[in-house]
Amino acid sequence: MKKVYSRPKSLKKATFHYCPGCGHSIVHRLLCEVFDELKIQDRVIGIPPPGCSVFAYNYLDVDMAESAHGRGAAVATGIKRACPEALPFTYQGDGDIAAIGTAETIHAANRGEKITSIFINNAVYGMTGGQMAPTTLLEQTTTTSPYGRDAALEGYPIKLSEMLALVKGAAYIERVAVNSPANIKKAKKAIKKAFQTQIDDLGYSLVEILSPCPTNWKMSPIESWKWVDEVMSKEYPLGVIKDITGEKDAD
Amino acid sequence: MTKTLMYGNTAIGEAAIRAGCQCYFGYPITPQNELTEYMATHLSRRKGCAFVQAESEIAAINMVYGASLAGVRVMTSSSSPGISLKQEGISYLAACELPAVIVNMSRGGPGLGSISAAQSDYFQSTRGGGHGDYRTIVLAPSSVQELADLTHRAFDLADKYMIPVILLGDGMLGQMMEPIEFKHEAPRKLPIRERAVRGAKGRPSRIIKTFTSKPTEMEEINWSLFRRYQLIKKNETTFETYMVEDAELIIVAFGASARIAKGAIRNARAEGLKVGMLMPVTLWPFPYEKIKELGRDTKQFLVFEMNMGQMLEDVQLALEGKREISFYGRPGGVIPTPSEVLRVISRLYHQKGLKKAK
Amino acid sequence: MLIKTIFAGFGGQGVLSMGLNLAQAAMTEGKEVTYLPSYGAEVRGGTANCTVTISDEEIASPVASSPEFVVALNQPSLVRFQNQIQSGGIFFINSSITEARTTRGDIELIEVPASEMAEKMGNPKGVNTVMLGAFIKKSNLVSLDSLLKGLEDSFKKKPKLIDINKKALKMGFDLF
Ligand SMILES: Cc1ncc(C[n+]2csc(CCOP(=O)(O)OP(=O)(O)O)c2C)c(N)n1
Ligand code: SF4
Repeated sequence: MKKVYSRPKSLKKATFHYCPGCGHSIVHRLLCEVFDELKIQDRVIGIPPPGCSVFAYNYLDVDMAESAHGRGAAVATGIKRACPEALPFTYQGDGDIAAIGTAETIHAANRGEKITSIFINNAVYGMTGGQMAPTTLLEQTTTTSPYGRDAALEGYPIKLSEMLALVKGAAYIERVAVNSPANIKKAKKAIKKAFQTQIDDLGYSLVEILSPCPTNWKMSPIESWKWVDEVMSKEYPLGVIKDITGEKDAD
Repeated sequence: MTKTLMYGNTAIGEAAIRAGCQCYFGYPITPQNELTEYMATHLSRRKGCAFVQAESEIAAINMVYGASLAGVRVMTSSSSPGISLKQEGISYLAACELPAVIVNMSRGGPGLGSISAAQSDYFQSTRGGGHGDYRTIVLAPSSVQELADLTHRAFDLADKYMIPVILLGDGMLGQMMEPIEFKHEAPRKLPIRERAVRGAKGRPSRIIKTFTSKPTEMEEINWSLFRRYQLIKKNETTFETYMVEDAELIIVAFGASARIAKGAIRNARAEGLKVGMLMPVTLWPFPYEKIKELGRDTKQFLVFEMNMGQMLEDVQLALEGKREISFYGRPGGVIPTPSEVLRVISRLYHQKGLKKAK
Repeated sequence: MLIKTIFAGFGGQGVLSMGLNLAQAAMTEGKEVTYLPSYGAEVRGGTANCTVTISDEEIASPVASSPEFVVALNQPSLVRFQNQIQSGGIFFINSSITEARTTRGDIELIEVPASEMAEKMGNPKGVNTVMLGAFIKKSNLVSLDSLLKGLEDSFKKKPKLIDINKKALKMGFDLF
């Protein structure tokens, strides 16, 4: 019989603590597949955030170090500057990267830091119980926008990836989603390319991943997959936002 | 009035609104999210009021600074790691003599720590916390009712002394529900504060600042703060005592630890052990004098905290090395039980050969 | 009297509202009461629990390290809490969906086929309410009347649900 699936070498043998249907677990797996395929398990250093993925170190079998909320890009900068052979990456929620950590992120990108950011956009603060995130859609209700997000009071869903594309030091930025087999394949390709960009010393790379949070969206996993397609990706269109690597896809 | 069952966190929110809080700025962090969410629901659409979920705690405390400049009653809340980020702003509030209420539903630390209850922010709260020679009033509730009552008092104190006031709770108090009643009805209309900056209409323009190029001016600012702090110490030092009259052993504990200790003391008394308690309600100003006074009749003291000995240092200062002080602490995260404290009491009682009741 | 009870189960089973209803009823009976739910990362992965403490005197701690009663609505809760119950305490389990029983001989086991009963009466979401009925009958912590009154209050906005929940509560109550 042909073996069609096996656990990536870089993925620890542990049961995910994430809710059923959560996008985090899919992304973790994709990361590990990429580490294996690029043979970089021993060079990668992960910086998980405070957030639902705070325990990512229980799953990814690479060096990992916790950072304060939002400071991932600065921590990764420190690691990279001190140890240029390493491949540090930040793993950040939308609250982490696009609210409290905006300054660190924009400036790391602007310096062209050779680091990679994996940006999980689930349109809410997952860990703390479903509060409004900077990426929350207009009219979306959350525990801190109980009357629906109102642009006049709470501003607009922020498009951090597009903002970062304006920054000179950013080399590669793509938005993907993990809500269907086809999209998951594309997401993996993007992650691979982001790490390749770092390996080739071309500059800052970031992959934004639209990721379902059935728990806080109060949907079933299937409904939440649909919502990513029908609602979320209308506000956040999928595709390459910036690519000055001049290179082909990683595979 | 009838009692209602309320979460500690939401009770603070309701009490704040009743105290006339007009602005709230926050950022999500467990274990105080229910307070932010309560304000989003109940304050954000209220006339003349504002609610903003800021992009960070640094932004939130600076919004507080702005609203306080404009002369309204304003509050922010967070938990330990977020309070660390707010310290810069609190220092500015203190320096500019601006009132504000800052709630810390503290959690286990240092670092990201854990989200369960701890009292490890005692030093940070009572010693100023940020840079510069300043203090904040620190109130330590031990029940949901006290969370509500002290929230109200915090706003009054902040205005009275033009000072930031810290309400220091913890994850347990914030997350639990207890029956409470509100002693104050609807929100009161408050007068606009005197030094507010709201535009120089019909008066000379006004500057609120601390920076000065003259060292003597800086010194005068600090002197004036210091004089105010002396006044607060004299007027506002608050504590509660429990069964201290005949006590052979007095426990000193605050907040959640105090209610746990109280349970232990009830059981100790049932066994004839003469134990009492002093609970500081204001952690700053700290009741040094009262503890010294208790030390005249009682020879043995036990400090009990959910940290490894922070308030302990204040009790040592109060007793001036003249009385024996034992310490029992758990570093936070795990909440000690009353029976655990009772075991400590029994052991001490035996070790020190203290007299039992007849 | 100082009695601590832990209610535990899957997130959607209504364990938190069970505890809340009990706490509310105890409060209307003039007792001291605290209610403490699990929170934060503990509720990821779909499980939930809460602790209700009822007493005649001021309550020192809302936390239960060795509760008198535990109500387990699912298998993981049964496994997690069975060793915490105080010796001589009572363990209520939803016997419809739990496989193992307890290995402890020093506690009383009460099996309530709550899921089946709720299903049978056409109210599959009423598992918690059936269980609560059985629980107060056996524990005698609060009266059926105060609970029924409490239900009316908590479903004020959805009056349709009042009768069906009252029925579920009584059905559990009458089981023993
Ligand atoms: C300084 C500070 N403030 C607040 C928090 C609380 N906190 C933990 S995770 C988090 C954000 C969670 O949202 P997001 O970044 O979108 O990640 P998700 O959980 O949705 O994956 C917050 C605010 C913290 N840990 N530190
Ligand atoms: S709360 Fe949302 S983001 Fe967090 S683990 Fe659950 S589904 Fe995932």
